[in-house]
Amino acid sequence: MAEKTLLKAINEALSQEMERDDSVVVYGEDAGYEGGVFRVTAGLQERFGKQRVFDTPIAEAAILGSAVGMAANGLRPVPEIQFSGFMFPGYNQIAVHMARMHNRSRGKYKMPITIRMPYGGGVRALEHHSESLETLFAHLPGLKVVIPSTPYDAKGLLTSAIRDDDPVVFMEGKRIYRAFKQEVPDDAYTVPLGKANIVQKGKDITVVAWGPILHEAKKAIDSLKDEDFSVELIDLRTISPIDTDTIIESVKKTGRFLVAHEAVKTLGIGSELISRVNEEAFFHLEAQPTRVSGHDITVPLPRGEHHHIIDSGRIAHEIKRVATFE
Amino acid sequence: MILDSYDPLKQEMFNVIDDNGKVVNKDYEPDIDNETLINMYKTMQLARIADVKALQYQRQGRMLTFAPVKGQEGAQVGPMAAAEDDDWLVPSFREMAAMLYKGVPLKQLYLYWYGNEQGSKFEQNVMPVNVPIGSQINHAAGIAMASSIRGKNQVAISFIGDGGTSHGEFHEGMNFAGVYDAPMVTIIQNNQYAISTPRQMQSKSETLAQKAISYGIPGIQVDGNDPLAMYAATKEALNRARAGKGPTLIEAVTYRQGPHTTSDDPSIYRSEEEVKNWQKKDPISRFRKYISNKKLWNKEKDEALQDEYKDFVKETFKAVEKYPTPTVDEVFDYTYAEMPKTIKAQKEAYKAYLKEREGE
Repeated sequence: MAEKTLLKAINEALSQEMERDDSVVVYGEDAGYEGGVFRVTAGLQERFGKQRVFDTPIAEAAILGSAVGMAANGLRPVPEIQFSGFMFPGYNQIAVHMARMHNRSRGKYKMPITIRMPYGGGVRALEHHSESLETLFAHLPGLKVVIPSTPYDAKGLLTSAIRDDDPVVFMEGKRIYRAFKQEVPDDAYTVPLGKANIVQKGKDITVVAWGPILHEAKKAIDSLKDEDFSVELIDLRTISPIDTDTIIESVKKTGRFLVAHEAVKTLGIGSELISRVNEEAFFHLEAQPTRVSGHDITVPLPRGEHHHIIDSGRIAHEIKRVATFE
Repeated sequence: MILDSYDPLKQEMFNVIDDNGKVVNKDYEPDIDNETLINMYKTMQLARIADVKALQYQRQGRMLTFAPVKGQEGAQVGPMAAAEDDDWLVPSFREMAAMLYKGVPLKQLYLYWYGNEQGSKFEQNVMPVNVPIGSQINHAAGIAMASSIRGKNQVAISFIGDGGTSHGEFHEGMNFAGVYDAPMVTIIQNNQYAISTPRQMQSKSETLAQKAISYGIPGIQVDGNDPLAMYAATKEALNRARAGKGPTLIEAVTYRQGPHTTSDDPSIYRSEEEVKNWQKKDPISRFRKYISNKKLWNKEKDEALQDEYKDFVKETFKAVEKYPTPTVDEVFDYTYAEMPKTIKAQKEAYKAYLKEREGE
């Protein structure tokens, strides 16, 4: 066991799954020789050869469309989309084929594909490099969506995703690729898909977050430690399918609910979570369920991005308001 | 070599037989055994009869919307006869003849157009009908790449229309397959129209085959109503693919004799005369004359075959009409390989509602 970054944990999961199963192939724009623009796939081509780890033309539809064909013909592809904001030409393949092929073929063609893509803001990037587009994937039946917040979870969740027989969109918060380290086992292990994680137990309010925002939520909660209430923090981890049970059980106990996400507000995952809380824990609520999210605006370029990205201050402000509402 | 001898930039088109089934290109007449020749003919006839009957059923309100294949049987059966059993067929949505040749039962094909997903589950290496135009080329590229990576000998044969070549995914898929020398053969069925839009409106390229040049691969224009030419050109492309030399693009110049789908009225955009002219080049009658000249076929055999297939098609459709409609379990259960709890809960809630409604 050693301390590893999220990036290193992902690299390790890829490497170990390629070692374990020779049907796993890794490819994408600059993902081969260079090891990706973030170096997530560094060293893999050297180790597993150009046939299983390769560079591609700049062609997202072909990257994801070929994955559908590879999966139909016995491979377990792990394509990389260089930035989630560039996935749209490939979104056609995800929406019209990948997510539906198992259903369309009545189970003949499984789609064990894991699409990795860095997402989210906070890195002073160009336009199209800062979006949080998880809703666009979570709205598609047949697809799973996973967002890890820690190196430990990243390795375990990615291992599960690669071994899963359904297509998984695996979104990596690029601003936490190298932000911190955590003890991560050297051997392979899995963290189950579809299962949220209670990061911190509490009695008075339930807070749900994922990815980089989970760390902002943690900071927010730390800043409120002298307050007269305690917070239960849940890391959603799998965005689709949602682990409704863990959230509802928590809200029934705390009676208060807040969700924080980086994505824009309207029809963000927060909308769905609040709907579920209302449907299943309505009579336990002591305050209105609340969202802290990005605004319904185009993500500003770096000089104005701080107005959009939610930070621990905004989350703390809302936690306090909801937790003390009478 | 056929692929080297016909230059798409000079609009040279490869054929083997003329409209009367007479061999006009002896050098390239493929050596096909008699059994295969008969099988090719029979498959084209079955596709034709099933197609004509399905149109009748649709007009009677018994069949839903479907995309007739009439006129394009030769462009499909030629390539599939040249392929091995283990090769993949990646269809668009008008490939009934190709799918039948691959061994997909007619019942499955009818069941699909009848509106039941069970009709898309095939035992063969055949992908389901692909509705979004052009997107199947990328699947074929992936299937072909997987074949190389896994050390298999399979080639992916994909079909696309003239309209499909305008789509970005066609370009991405051809380019991708080219880069990796993927064992793929793409057949453009240039049937002259994309619904109502004529071929000339799809591209300023004089031929669609010449698009191959930009991918660094061979491209050839073939008389798509000449099953022998389609067989010979595809055979050469398959050999190239298996030898690791990469994809080939074949433009089959053909004609959709029927409507785009049963919802289309082609009389709005094309003349009777045009249709009649193309009917003179009908692939089935040309091929019948060819095998008759070889003394493999005659009028009696043909009449007997037609009677047999008409009965078979009728019986098949009756069976499809009796096929059970999908259950609640069936519409939910294939969404994921393993059903998530949330969907299971939705299914149970819906079942409970149905039960409650029954009791009302």
